[in-house]
Amino acid sequence: MSSSNQSKRKKITDSNLLLTITIVVFFLMYIGAILFQGKGFLKPQTFFNILNANAALLILSCGMSLVMITGGIDISVGGVTALVSMCCAVYLDFHDGNVLGAVAIALAIGLAFGIVQGFLVAYLDIQPFIVSLAGMFFARGMTTIVNTNPFNVANPEFVAMKDTRIVVPGMGSINKLGKYVNAYVEIGVIVAILVVIVLFIILKWTRLGRYFYAVGGNSQSALMLGINVKRTKFLSHLICSFLAGIGGFVYFMHVGSGAASHAMGAEMNAIASSIIGGTMLTGGVGNIIGTFFGVLSLSTIQNIVSSAGLDQAWWTGITIAAMLCLFLVVQSVVMTRKNKK
Amino acid sequence: MQTKKSNYTSISEMLGKLVKQQIFIPVAALLLLAIFNLIADPGFYKISYGVNSAGSPVLSGYLMTILDYGSELAILAVGMTLVTASSGGQDISVGAAIAIAGSVMLKFICGMNTPVIIAFLAACVVSMFFGAFNGVLVAHFKIQPMVATLILYTAGRSIAAWINNNELPIVSDPKFAYLGGFIPGIPIPTPFFIAAAVVIISLLVLRFTNLGLYTQAVGINESSSRLNGLNPAFIKFITFVILGLCVAVVGLIKVSRLSTINYSVIAKDIEMDAILAVALGGNALGGGKFNLAASIIGAYVIQFLTTTLYKFNVQSDALPAYKAVVVIFLVVISAPVVRDYISSIGKKISHKEVA
Repeated sequence: MSSSNQSKRKKITDSNLLLTITIVVFFLMYIGAILFQGKGFLKPQTFFNILNANAALLILSCGMSLVMITGGIDISVGGVTALVSMCCAVYLDFHDGNVLGAVAIALAIGLAFGIVQGFLVAYLDIQPFIVSLAGMFFARGMTTIVNTNPFNVANPEFVAMKDTRIVVPGMGSINKLGKYVNAYVEIGVIVAILVVIVLFIILKWTRLGRYFYAVGGNSQSALMLGINVKRTKFLSHLICSFLAGIGGFVYFMHVGSGAASHAMGAEMNAIASSIIGGTMLTGGVGNIIGTFFGVLSLSTIQNIVSSAGLDQAWWTGITIAAMLCLFLVVQSVVMTRKNKK
Repeated sequence: MQTKKSNYTSISEMLGKLVKQQIFIPVAALLLLAIFNLIADPGFYKISYGVNSAGSPVLSGYLMTILDYGSELAILAVGMTLVTASSGGQDISVGAAIAIAGSVMLKFICGMNTPVIIAFLAACVVSMFFGAFNGVLVAHFKIQPMVATLILYTAGRSIAAWINNNELPIVSDPKFAYLGGFIPGIPIPTPFFIAAAVVIISLLVLRFTNLGLYTQAVGINESSSRLNGLNPAFIKFITFVILGLCVAVVGLIKVSRLSTINYSVIAKDIEMDAILAVALGGNALGGGKFNLAASIIGAYVIQFLTTTLYKFNVQSDALPAYKAVVVIFLVVISAPVVRDYISSIGKKISHKEVA
């Protein structure tokens, strides 16, 4: 990041450039969707549905961005999500639990993964990818051990919570019968927005937040500046896994069931969203707002793919991978250009 | 007393040397598993001689299963070791790439009625192309290997399904099944011979070319190897292409076992096993020096572990949890911080003894 400090007269830094690209891509894509796919995308509810379906992904991506800014990576978040939803489902249905207990379980699972993975990465200096790969397999395996068969949760308290809709004022639309319908979001979206705001504030205006950037940008010089690098890395993994716990519960609230196959490839989508949102894999560059738009871009493209009639399962995988590939290459080009200066 | 003391030190020195050998780790793990199985149930080692459905003599038993399925892993471990050594990261797309290779093979055999060998060559070309794709991302765009291969990891199975339009063609030629099963008259599973061939070829290549040396040089220090006139980007690229070739061979075995394909299940989680084999072989996952023989033994040890877990009625979906524990245990032990700590404890103890 040193070069961006030097070139003060150049207003666009790498971080801003990547962020701008993301936001422009998202709006272009959405406008394109409106133009070519008909009026469905014009309705506010379409946009809110994208949010509803991807609230969990948004939370996971925020955690992922944080870890990536600090220079690590965590691919266990999808597995943790599945484990959390399975554990909560089993607790609610088989043990007559209450919702509060389920939330506690979700947070505890997230924290436990965070502490173990953070310790291994930060204090034992093991590659984060290996650690979280093992974490992912462990979580997936544990999900099957907890319960093999997928099932829907029937706990009334939980179902009431799952079906709670929060009306967005002034954003309704007129449905086919000519009736005015309010636009709504689920509770998960509120949680996700809160997470985005809190993380944005932490990263932007707190000392800890700047530590994350410093460690990710250059851990050697961060160490010389007197930053506790190990603790910062540990905290980044801890927060990421903790957010995976929250995201897991939000996911669980959206689907309302427990299954070993839940959130398959969610880690992949989270990484893709972060990268599309302008977070650099090399660390030190990134922005939560970018991640927010990254998630929106990713889910919009999924929506476009499915509403364009290309609903064979493989198209989604291929388009996401292609998009990810494109953004990775752009990042790499930006990096080489920066190094040459 | 004097002699006893010196004897003691020489034995401990010998032990120390033995422990330092890289191949010690997988062999020790193998022995540990073998003893565990011997105690738990000696029936594990029973090999029976029977006749399979095609009427040819076969050997069967848990050990044969290990030999059979471990061979796939051994072939992958060869490529994975090279990639790990040169790039300091692992390729996590091998499972998806196997699906693509298998799909291409079926497309050629069933869709175009070509002979198996041509289908195999086509699969090799496609796999090497995808290896090259990963290699370009890693070597020229300098993306971390695991993240670069994440692209193919997501798209791979989708591409595989797309190639055959999500159909599941079945190869009717019984000879095709020999490759993943038994050749009539030979009671040892064919994959073992294929693996042996791959291993021999790769050892010859390493022996008679500079590939091994250059790979290690690039893995240990990229910039100094460049200053010495090597082309690190090309070396990394070529290791990914070699892994692509290994993937095609494994794809051949995998498809031959079933005579068809299942896009979402074929070679599932095999990347984990392959990485585990490399780690178990004592190779540094951060790149640098490697020992191919240790990786190959590591691959068979992993299969030994899997078979043992199956024998104790562990569900196949729950297997990853156990393996993850083993991985964490291994990486923790091989972490430099932990090694330093252990050796410092060892020194303290020996100091006390001297005092």
